[in-house]
Order: sequence, then C-alpha cells, then structure tokens
Amino acid sequence: METKLPPASTPTSPSSPGLSPVPPPDKVDGFSRRSLRRARPRRSHSSSQFRYQSNQQELTPLPLLKDVPASELHELLSRKLAQCGVMFDFLDCVADLKGKEVKRAALNELVECVGSTRGVLIEPVYPDIIRMISVNIFRTLPPSENPEFDPEEDEPNLEPSWPHLQLVYEFFLRFLESPDFQPSVAKRYVDQKFVLMLLELFDSEDPREREYLKTILHRVYGKFLGLRAYIRKQCSHIFLRFIYELEHFNGVAELLEILGSIINGFALPLKTEHKQFLVRVLIPLHSVKSLSVFHAQLAYCVVQFLEKDATLTEHVIRGLLKYWPKTCTQKEVMFLGEMEEILDVIEPSQFVKIQEPLFKQVARCVSSPHFQVAERALYFWNNEYILSLIEDNCHTVLPAVFGTLYQVSKEHWNQTIVSLIYNVLKTFMEMNGKLFDELTASYKLEKQQEQQKARERQELWQGLEELRLRRLQGTQGAKEAPLQRLPPPVATSGGQS
Amino acid sequence: MAGAAGPGTGPVAAGGDGDDSLYPIAVLIDELRNEDVQLRLNSIKKLSTIALALGVERTRTELLPFLTDTIYDEDEVLLALAEQLGNFTGLVGGPDFAHCLLPPLESLATVEETVVRDKAVESLRQISQEHTPIALEAHFVPLVKRLASGDWFTSRTSACGLFSVCYPRASNAVKAEIRQHFRSLCSDDTPMVRRAAASKLGEFAKVLELDSVKSEIVPLFTNLASDEQDSVRLLAVEACVSIAQLLSQEDLEALVMPTLRQAAEDKSWRVRYMVADKFSELQKAVGPKITLNDLIPAFQNLLKDCEAEVRAAAAHKVKELCENLPPEGRETIIMNQILPFIKELVSDTNQHVKSALASVIMGLSTILGKENTIEHLLPLFLAQLKDECPEVRLNIISNLDCVNEVIGIRQLSQSLLPAIVELAEDAKWRVRLAIIEYMPLLAGQLGVQFFDEKLNSLCMAWLVDHVYAIREAATNNLMKLVKKFGTEWAQNTIVPKVLVMASDPNYLHRMTTLFCINALSEACGQEITTKQMLPIVLKMAGDQVANVRFNVAKSLQKIGPILDTDALQEEVKPILQKLGQDEDVDVKYFAQEALSVLALA
Repeated sequence: METKLPPASTPTSPSSPGLSPVPPPDKVDGFSRRSLRRARPRRSHSSSQFRYQSNQQELTPLPLLKDVPASELHELLSRKLAQCGVMFDFLDCVADLKGKEVKRAALNELVECVGSTRGVLIEPVYPDIIRMISVNIFRTLPPSENPEFDPEEDEPNLEPSWPHLQLVYEFFLRFLESPDFQPSVAKRYVDQKFVLMLLELFDSEDPREREYLKTILHRVYGKFLGLRAYIRKQCSHIFLRFIYELEHFNGVAELLEILGSIINGFALPLKTEHKQFLVRVLIPLHSVKSLSVFHAQLAYCVVQFLEKDATLTEHVIRGLLKYWPKTCTQKEVMFLGEMEEILDVIEPSQFVKIQEPLFKQVARCVSSPHFQVAERALYFWNNEYILSLIEDNCHTVLPAVFGTLYQVSKEHWNQTIVSLIYNVLKTFMEMNGKLFDELTASYKLEKQQEQQKARERQELWQGLEELRLRRLQGTQGAKEAPLQRLPPPVATSGGQS
Repeated sequence: MAGAAGPGTGPVAAGGDGDDSLYPIAVLIDELRNEDVQLRLNSIKKLSTIALALGVERTRTELLPFLTDTIYDEDEVLLALAEQLGNFTGLVGGPDFAHCLLPPLESLATVEETVVRDKAVESLRQISQEHTPIALEAHFVPLVKRLASGDWFTSRTSACGLFSVCYPRASNAVKAEIRQHFRSLCSDDTPMVRRAAASKLGEFAKVLELDSVKSEIVPLFTNLASDEQDSVRLLAVEACVSIAQLLSQEDLEALVMPTLRQAAEDKSWRVRYMVADKFSELQKAVGPKITLNDLIPAFQNLLKDCEAEVRAAAAHKVKELCENLPPEGRETIIMNQILPFIKELVSDTNQHVKSALASVIMGLSTILGKENTIEHLLPLFLAQLKDECPEVRLNIISNLDCVNEVIGIRQLSQSLLPAIVELAEDAKWRVRLAIIEYMPLLAGQLGVQFFDEKLNSLCMAWLVDHVYAIREAATNNLMKLVKKFGTEWAQNTIVPKVLVMASDPNYLHRMTTLFCINALSEACGQEITTKQMLPIVLKMAGDQVANVRFNVAKSLQKIGPILDTDALQEEVKPILQKLGQDEDVDVKYFAQEALSVLALA
C-alpha cells in the first residue's frame, strides 16, 4: 500500500523506521544532521473499526466443514461464523498473524460452503450470518487522509483489512445469490437500519469495496421488495446532501449505476415520486464540481428516464440549461455530450418546445474561446438525426444561432473551429437559401439595433439614477420642490395604465 | 411609524406624477427580464433604484407581485434578489407594509440552491424585526408555519431558521403552535431537515421559557443526539453548549450530561471530533464541578482517541482547558491528569496532532509557573524543537514569547539554535520564509550578543537565497533588526556586508544590495546613507545589466528624500541625468521618474 505524503511536510522517507523517536533533551549536539532525523514512516491509514476489545481470545482452527457429519454441520457453522466475528488490527501488519490466518481460512471455507453446498442455509443460521457480516463491514469510515481528495487525480486510500473484508463481502454476495436464500426469512435481519448502514459504506475510498457494495445493494434491491422504496429514498437523501451540503461522497457513481438499472425497470406510467427524483435530484446533480467522476452513469439515468417518458424532455433540457456550467469548460463538454445523447432520443414534438433556448445555448458554446467546447458544440451538425430536426425547424433554429455563428466565423482564434463553422453555414445555405440570405442581410441591422438598445439602456439607468438622487433629496428636505421633468422617455415597449 | 413616512412619501408621490409616465413598469420589467443574465443581474442589483423611481405604492402593487411571480431564474439572480429584499422595508412604505415583502421571500426560501435559501432566511429574519407584534402574528407566523409544513425538504429547512425570531414576540397560544412545529421538524423524515433543526436547537432554546426548555427542548436534544446519522448527532453537540447555559447544575447533571457523555464516546469520529472542537465552550457552559467529574476524563479519552483528527482537535484545546480550570487545585489537576497525556502526544505518530499541540503547549508555562515549566514542560518543548516535521518546530518557535516571560529564553537557546538553523536551511522555501518572519522576535528575546554570534550569518545567507521571496523577506528582516538593535549596530555588522555584495558577479545579488539599501536607508538615517550607501549606489549606475541600472534609479528615488540638497544636486542629479539618456527604455523611464519625483528635472 502506498504511503501518501501529507501536505506541507518535509519529504518523508519510508526507510530507517527503527530510530528512536526523540533523543533525550540534554544531549544537544548543536547541529544535528538532517540524516539523523529521517522521518518514521507515517501510518497511512486508520480505520475506526478497530477500537479494540482488549481481552482478545486466541483463535484456534476448527475442523473443516466438509469433514463433519451432516448432523454436526450447523453447530460447526455457527462456531465458524462466531470466529469470523473476531476483528483484527491490520494497521499492525505483524500482529496476531496466526489469528488472522485462522479467520481467513474460515472465511474462505464459508464462501466455498455457501456457494456450493445445498441445504446449508437453514433458518437458525440467518441471524449468525447477518451478525458476522455486520460486525465486519459496518464501521465508521476513517477520515480521509487528504481532505481535498480528488478521485480523478489522487490515489485512493485502500482499506487495510481488505484481506478479510473482501472474503466477507464475497460471502455476503454468495449468501444473497444462493438458490437456498430465502428473502422472507432474511428480511427480519436485513432491515431499514441495515440498508442505511450499507449505504453509508458507499463513501468508502476503496474502489474495490464500492464495487462489492454495488453488486450487493443491487441484489438486495432485487430480492427485498419491501425495502425498495426505502433504498430509493435514502439514495436521494445521499445525493441531496452531496449536492447541497457536502460536495463529497465517494460512491455516487456506483449508486447511480444501480439506479440506472432500477429506472430501467420502472413501470409505466411513471409515478410522481420517480419524476420528482429526476427533476429535483438527478438534474441538480449536474451542478456538482466533481461531475466528471459520475457523469457517464448520470447521463445514462437521465436518458433512461426520457426513453420511458418523452414528456419529461422539456423539464430535463430546461434543467440542464439552468445548470449550464459558466466557467468550467470540462463540464461544458460533458453537458454537450449529454445533450447530444438526449437529442438522439428526442421526439420531434418535444424538440419544438425547447429548440430556441437550447440552440441559443449551443450558439454560446460555439463562441466559447475554449476550442474543445466550440468543437463539441459544432459536432451536433454531424449528427444526422439532429440535422434533420434542425432542417424541419429551420425557421426557428437558424435565427437563434445565425448571428453568433456569423460573428464567430470571423473572430475565432482557432482555424479548425472557423472551418467547422463555415461547413455549418454552408449546410444552412443549402438547407434554406432564402432564409440564409435574409439573415445575412439583417445581421448588420441587428448589430446596430443592439448598440442602439445598449445606449438606450444606459440612458434609462442614468435617468433612474438621477431620479433616485432627487427623490432622496426630496425625502430628506423638509420643503418639497416640484420635480423637474426628465429627459424624454426611452424606448417604451408597451406603455402602461 | 407611518407619521415619519408621510412627509417623505407624500410630496414624492405628488411630484412623481410626471415621472411615472416616464418609467412605465413595463420598461423596468423588461430590464429585469433581459435575456442576458448579466444584465438581469445588474438590474436586480439596482432594484432599490427601480423601487424608488416607482414610489412606495407602485412598488407594493406592481413590482413585488411581478417579482413574486417570476421567481424562476438563475440562482445568482435569485441570490441578489433575496439580499435586496432584506433592505426593502423603507421602499415599500415602512414597517406597516413590511409584510408585503414576505411573498417573494417565501418563494425564495423554498428554492433548491442553499445559498439562495440561506440568504432569503437571513432577509426574513431581518424583516421579522420590523413587523409589529400584530403583523407578526397575522403575516409572519403563518408564513413560518407554511414553510414548516412544506412538501419539499427545502422549505422545511428554511423554516428552522425562523422560529427563534418570531417566538419571543408571539402570544402564548401561538407560541405553543410554534413549539409544536419545531418539534415535528426535529423528527422529520429527511436528515437534511433534522440537521437544520439540530443546528438551530440551541438558538431556539435560548428564547424559550425555562420550563419549556426542560420539558420540550431536552427531549428533542436527547433524540437528535442519538440520531441514526452522525451528521445529525454532531450538530446536537453544538446545541448542547447553549442548552447547558440555561439549566441549573442539578438539571444539567440529570438532563444533559448522560447525553454529552455518550457523545464523547460516540462510535463516529465526527461526533467525537465535534466534542473536542467545542470543548472550551462546553467546559464554560457546564461549570467547574462537572468539568472535574466528567469533562476531564472525557478529555483524556479524546487525547488518546484512535483517530488523529480527534486527537488534533483535542490537542488544540489543551491550553484553553487548563486556563479555564478553577485556580485552586488547577496545578495538581494539570500535573496529574493532563500532563501525562500531553507527554504521549509529543511523540504522536501524526504530524497534525503534534503541530496542534505545539501551537498551544507553550501557553501552559504561564499557568504552571517557573519550576514546573523547567522540570516538566521544557523537555517537551525541546523534544518538539527536534521534531521531524518543520511545522511542529515552527509552532514552538512562534510561541516563544510565552516561555520567555516565565523562564527566560536562555533555557531554550541551546536547543533553539540547531532548530532555527535547520529550518533556515529547509528545502521548502515556505518554511524558510516562516522562520525569517520570526527572526526579529527571536532577536529581541535572545539579545544582540547571541544574535551576532549565532544568527547573523543566517540572516546574511538568506540575502543570497535562490528564491526571490526569501531574498525579499531577508531584506525586510534586516530593516526590522536595525530598528531593534540601532544604527550603530547596523553600521558595524550589517551595512558592510550588504555593500560588499555590490560587486558580486551575480547581478541578482547586486540588485539585493540595492533592495537592502532601499529598506535600510530610512532606519539608518542621513549620515550612514550619504556616507556609506550613496557612493555604492552611484557606482552601480555603470553596471552592465540594465535591470541593475534601473534599480539604481529606483533606489535613488527612494533614498533621495533622506539626503541633503547638496548631495542631491551634486551627486544624484548628474547620475540620474546620465541614466536618463540610457539606451535601455526602462532605465530611461525610471531615471526620468526619479528626476521628476525628486524635483531635480
């Protein structure tokens, strides 16, 4: 396992661990050499799991399960499960090696047994099994070594007790998947509290653990019908906390992956609860800083929803436009990718509803100084389905994008972008030459109008400011002075009263 | 205060007739609806101007309904709106009409984005104070109730922050309702709401009658403190501080302490961390007796917690804890019950724990007095001065003044020196920078003789560091030292060494001479500047490197005011004029600037 360097420290060297920690204070030799104080290796991980029961009994190997007669099998199984409930300190890698080996062997045997032997899973062993699993996996996750842990850049901290933990997870999984497994019995032990603790573990930094958790939670969702609504609700709590409170949770991608397959199985028509989950949880998830870590899974969930119910399209697209990244170009590229995925499945009747705001945003992306954003936006025109939608609605789409494209074609610094825009403009020309000519002709006029509007706006605000000052004076002064008329009114768009 | 608003609004409304036609609301609303977010944002930020232009009545009848209806916008715009509305009471006609602002703020308090919601709540809290008691019950309390029973968690979390502002001024019947609503939010289904309620529990407790605190708040506190989610439990610890302040010792012991004890041993490190982090506040709130019986043992456990985060948070509180113990018996308690644990922490495996301790440990010497410090603390200081982690050493060095007062720094100087030398040569320039900052302080405490013998060479060595920031800090350091030790010392020890660098083959070092002169001339005074520094500066005007030459011009500009007119006219002026004809544009520019600033042109 790798030792992470703590921030702002001297480079620590993992060698020479044997040095006495601090030399006695009276033996000061003036200038101690740097080599003398090589850092001790830092303990890289800790895990709150290991708050020790101090009176730990020694584990002694039990007979093998396959060696005992069937009549004694369950008694031995219980004893093995109890043995596997003893916890070991993995931070100290040489502590109690014998005990660790006994437990590992027992776990291996349990995995083997539950996976292959029929008739093992009888009702009385369920509580023992769940107890053994709970003792091993449920623990408060340790604080992150690196408070600014970036899942894309940094190496994750791996769980030190993995040699045992993996076997416990494997056992849990085979237990759930065993043909003998009876949800009706297990549901007494796998309850809401159990699921809640299971979900908290998704924050583990260790990807191997999250991978197991993902499969396990998926099985639990599949087998315990009574827990489904609860699991969905708790997932949305985790997401909402992640979005609005913490911006930190390691298992978002895994949970979304499970949800993707859950959404896939939703019955039609969709319940309000599910639609709300889409609009109030999945869409806001796009605003999170670390979007790149789970964007693929998130986009999959969104598209699943739209394939189920096309009428949600408008909500989704308007939502994405609302959360459109303002400064993060990397995220902008992801948004464009997702938007194209959505457009791939959009119904023409839905397209009409959002075409204008959508293409105004696309035009803004084309004018991005970051060429990857501009390029990604321009790729929309390589998509035949999108192109056909544009063509069917060119009277709305063209005016929405034309001005920007025309301007960017003259100004963009990147040659590739300029030539891509020329291609797009050419497509437009072929699509509807007349409209294209009209737009070209009115482009200049519009520019002038824009300037005119900006001037008017300035005058308006200036007038308002003067009026404000005068009114303030009016309120302060005891004597009122009739207000003078202001300069003539500015652009009165729709008078009143 | 309708009377006060009258004279102001009356004439304006009358005189404003003409203006109204000038600014039809539609134009203003167009601005608020502009397609460009930035323009929309600008308009919202000037909402008060628009309101003034409209006058109070039209603001109430036209502008506010518009704002309430079109609340769907970018969060940034909403945030600005929420903020504006908090200061809008005057613009709608004063306190009598403050309730007109509630509808838009109510909508804003339910949006998804936390910052918007929080700002709306802040504005609502502000406006609540402007309501009359009658308006409060007629308008504000119903709003709180609506939010508290909203469908989506956002409105319920917002409600949590509003209970405490309306409770004190409500009638008894309404008070009971408010308490009822708060109770139900404390056991809300969504953890977000429970967290919001838990974080406002202390604030709410403070405005309640003592009986209600005991009969209602305490059970809520107990429940929240044993919530299934640690994020809720840890917030209860904060509430504990406020609640404990309200109760008598007996009630405290019976009602709160069992929960607090449990929190200090919570299975989640986050909760234990919170206890450690709030320790001083808790200590003050529960009083000396419970501190001795309960908190000290709890503190010992936190100091040896299995998570470094918790140990570090507790280590931070060591000094405050000791300071706040009752004076009689304090020494014995610290020596027997705290110090043994501190000794362990000095050799902790985690550097954050050690450096947290190092930042407060020196403070114990004032509390324990000279003998204990020498016998028990000094070995710890010395051990930390040799710690592998520079931050630990720096924290010790930066707090030397505490020890200086008690035992004098001499006791430490033997160990200080190697520690300082090592930090001075640390591979990380930020560490070197940090130690330079402490040099003037150290110099003052160690005295001039010790300084000259041991540290002077370090200070000079920093002048030729390969990092500019270090050279710059070293220059400033010299200036502070001269202020401390006087001009005579400067003349004998610093100035000659600085001036020697003027003929260094490295132009960066030659420039350092100039920077030093800039910094030192004022502290050294006219005589040294004129006799020793000026000739060197003038000589450097012929340097090969243009950067040196234009820095000569800058230096002359800087030291000019210290020189007398003769020196200026006869020595500085010709050189600057020569530099003013330099082939390099920058040199020319700075020479001319100097000439005009010194009025020699």
